[in-house]
Amino acid sequence: MAKVNKALFWSLFAAGGTLTAFVFPVLALITLIAAHGSPPDGIPEIMKFEQMQGLLANWFGKLAAFGTVSLALWHAAHRLRVGLHGLGLRADGLVAVVGYGIALVGTILAAYWLVQI
Amino acid sequence: MSAVQLELEILRYDPEKDQEPHFQTYQVACQEEWMVLDAINHVKDEVDTTLSYRWSCHMAVCGSCGMMIDGQPKLACKVSVKDYANKKVRIEPLANFPIERDLVVVQDDFMEKLKRVKPYIIRKEEQPIEAGEYKQSPAELKKFKQFTLCINCLCCYAACPEYALTPEFMGPAALALAHRYNTDSRDQGLAERHKELSKPEGVWDCSFTDTCSIACPKHVDPASALQQLKIATTVQWYKELIGMGDK
Repeated sequence: MAKVNKALFWSLFAAGGTLTAFVFPVLALITLIAAHGSPPDGIPEIMKFEQMQGLLANWFGKLAAFGTVSLALWHAAHRLRVGLHGLGLRADGLVAVVGYGIALVGTILAAYWLVQI
Repeated sequence: MSAVQLELEILRYDPEKDQEPHFQTYQVACQEEWMVLDAINHVKDEVDTTLSYRWSCHMAVCGSCGMMIDGQPKLACKVSVKDYANKKVRIEPLANFPIERDLVVVQDDFMEKLKRVKPYIIRKEEQPIEAGEYKQSPAELKKFKQFTLCINCLCCYAACPEYALTPEFMGPAALALAHRYNTDSRDQGLAERHKELSKPEGVWDCSFTDTCSIACPKHVDPASALQQLKIATTVQWYKELIGMGDK
């Protein structure tokens, strides 16, 4: 990979890692509860699917969800690339193209679906 | 007065005689307060004068006696024989470096990398002597002081899995020193060093395993320097992208 890409991908990786560590667990929990349809006993009504969907109807909500989801994908792709290199796989170019490619597709899909809401 | 019995398995290699390195075992009756270096010195002085290794200060300052002790990169002068009492201890030259002879490694690769990061204060324009010294506050000094404590013992290179995989990687000590000068308030060489650091074999090969910081006998914490350097290199890259990079 050309040297220009290294700083770019590392910044996405670093931002994604930081964001993921802080907000991803709670995001996963919110998504699970929302996916349940009506919240199980003891969980406030505000956590229900329609409410969460309403949150994403807002542009600020869209932006926050987009940032979290896309950066997490870039983070995962880069971590996988470095990890596979560390494990001795000598196909860095291929790993980078596939990994970053999936992250790119995920980023575009996240944007597309969020705009649909 | 011998309190500790040590069985040293020392790697021997004489390029003029040996096809490949081999181990030679020495039984050493150590005094309790000895460091592993004392035990090796005993072998050299009393048992086998052909043994080659580097050492100088015996007080963890010169950085000469870095070697693999029981598989870990350590300063031989800083490890007590009591830690290995009545055990067999393997003493090998630092991992990831070619062997010159016995426990002596070829350091050329590190020396060349050290030069490339320009580990000295760079000024765009030197101020005249009459203008006085470059002043620095304690807070400014604190930013980099820890990274000045490196003694170039190369234990971090022997510990680094990325250096083992990619020998072109600039490595922990050289990069920690680059960071030390980049963060020195008197220095203006960030852009110049950036040219080397931003190369693929610059900061980017580091995967933050932290093994360098664990191995460092001087608590320099090169892994921390490297992470900070990655951020600085990324910021400089973005700044250059929009034409606002440090010159």
